[in-house]
Amino acid sequence: MVKNMEIPKSFLGYKRENGRAGTRNHVIILPVDDISNACAEAVANNIKGTIALPHSYGRLQFGADLELHFRTMIGTGSNPNVAAVIVIGIEPKWTKKIVDGIAKTGKPVEGYHIERTGDIGTVMKASKKAQEFVMWASEKQREECPMSDLWISVKCGESDTTSGLAANPTVGNLMDKLEPMGVHLCFGETSELTGAEQVCATRGATPEASEKFMKTWSSYNDFILKEATDDLSESQPTAGNIAGGLTTIEEKAFGNFQKIGNCKFVDVLEPAEEPKKGKGLYFMDTSSAAAECVTLQAAAGFNIHLFPTGQGNIVGNPIEPVIKLTANPLTVKGMGEHIDCDVSKILSREMNMSQAGDELIKTTMRVANGRLTCAEALGHKEFVMTKLYRSA
Amino acid sequence: MTTDIIIHDEKDNVGVVVIDKITPKQDCACWIMENDKTVQIQSIDEIQLGHKIAMVDLNEGDTILKYGHDIGKVVKSIKKGEHVHVHNVKTKKW
Repeated sequence: MVKNMEIPKSFLGYKRENGRAGTRNHVIILPVDDISNACAEAVANNIKGTIALPHSYGRLQFGADLELHFRTMIGTGSNPNVAAVIVIGIEPKWTKKIVDGIAKTGKPVEGYHIERTGDIGTVMKASKKAQEFVMWASEKQREECPMSDLWISVKCGESDTTSGLAANPTVGNLMDKLEPMGVHLCFGETSELTGAEQVCATRGATPEASEKFMKTWSSYNDFILKEATDDLSESQPTAGNIAGGLTTIEEKAFGNFQKIGNCKFVDVLEPAEEPKKGKGLYFMDTSSAAAECVTLQAAAGFNIHLFPTGQGNIVGNPIEPVIKLTANPLTVKGMGEHIDCDVSKILSREMNMSQAGDELIKTTMRVANGRLTCAEALGHKEFVMTKLYRSA
Repeated sequence: MTTDIIIHDEKDNVGVVVIDKITPKQDCACWIMENDKTVQIQSIDEIQLGHKIAMVDLNEGDTILKYGHDIGKVVKSIKKGEHVHVHNVKTKKW
């Protein structure tokens, strides 16, 4: 009988002004809108050690879609993996709204608007401030932080049968072991719980949480049924899933669902909504597309991400390190540069689930302490805003 | 000892092939993840990596259990040891 390893009590993180802790120490240049991307990228090019987060939206949005845009922008800047922020937008009002939102964390943030100044003048002013911020941030030291400062989000992608067999339950094993340490946890992918939705609903920690989940899932399912054509049964599972042995959407959903282990979720979050009910597991209403989902989870304040894959998804995020694990030996062999944690020995029984969970905890701790993920080393910085509907 | 098939939950009536393929009349070792027990089964069909094998005889209308849960219905009877997939199992959702 192999004894389980002792769960670490702390990691080395960057303590922030609002009491949170980061696993990274980024200075970001955040464009408010699509047309400010060039300016933001110019500043990041001038000032080494900063990162621009270009994206496609931020103009003429309205209603819930605009609210989500602001929530994602402010949440990204507020994430504890970010030390300081430069915000650049075309107009002063929305720029200021985002600056004021991020400033509530107490971290250094400064906003610039391009109208009446132009790109060049704005780049000059913003670059001077960005230099000041990055040199200030470079003196920040990692300090010992309790495990409860880890906010771990999860999402799987390019799944095959090895995902449900081994990689996803490895994440579930980690959740079971780390949840008692007081960490925050988050899973999403509303569409890919279809078939497992009733069982997922029973995992609500309160009747309210269960009810909220069913309402969220039903609303999504109604949208699917409204838009669906006769190709739906070929989309979920996909032809690739079927070739890999997955037969029904229910089977795929239960594979996905393995990621939460035996945990119960305390609340259901809107996309990019920060959890407010303390430690524990949260469900977030997200797309099942990798970059969109991780971007929303990072904007909600999650500071480290676990991404189990079967066939080999390669996604990364500019501010939240994305750890990949797989149990598919062909994926390890063919694209090992993307895999941070290899749990393929589960399939040959050379490793049990608890040992795999321990391996993933070790990898997670190393990354939390500063080791680059494969996605970071390879330059994956996918920042993809979720858009709810057409702009005005 | 080689494991040929993995079963998620002891309630499951299907297992998943985890070697390149199993061949007809092969005596296969099946590992049940939930309780770390091993059982044996003889295959009828050739079944590829990642595909499912019936652990018991299944009749039309029966429910397929994987992860201990309902993942669809049998639409054509299946003998213990046969391949379980889209030709004999359908979703109950869509």
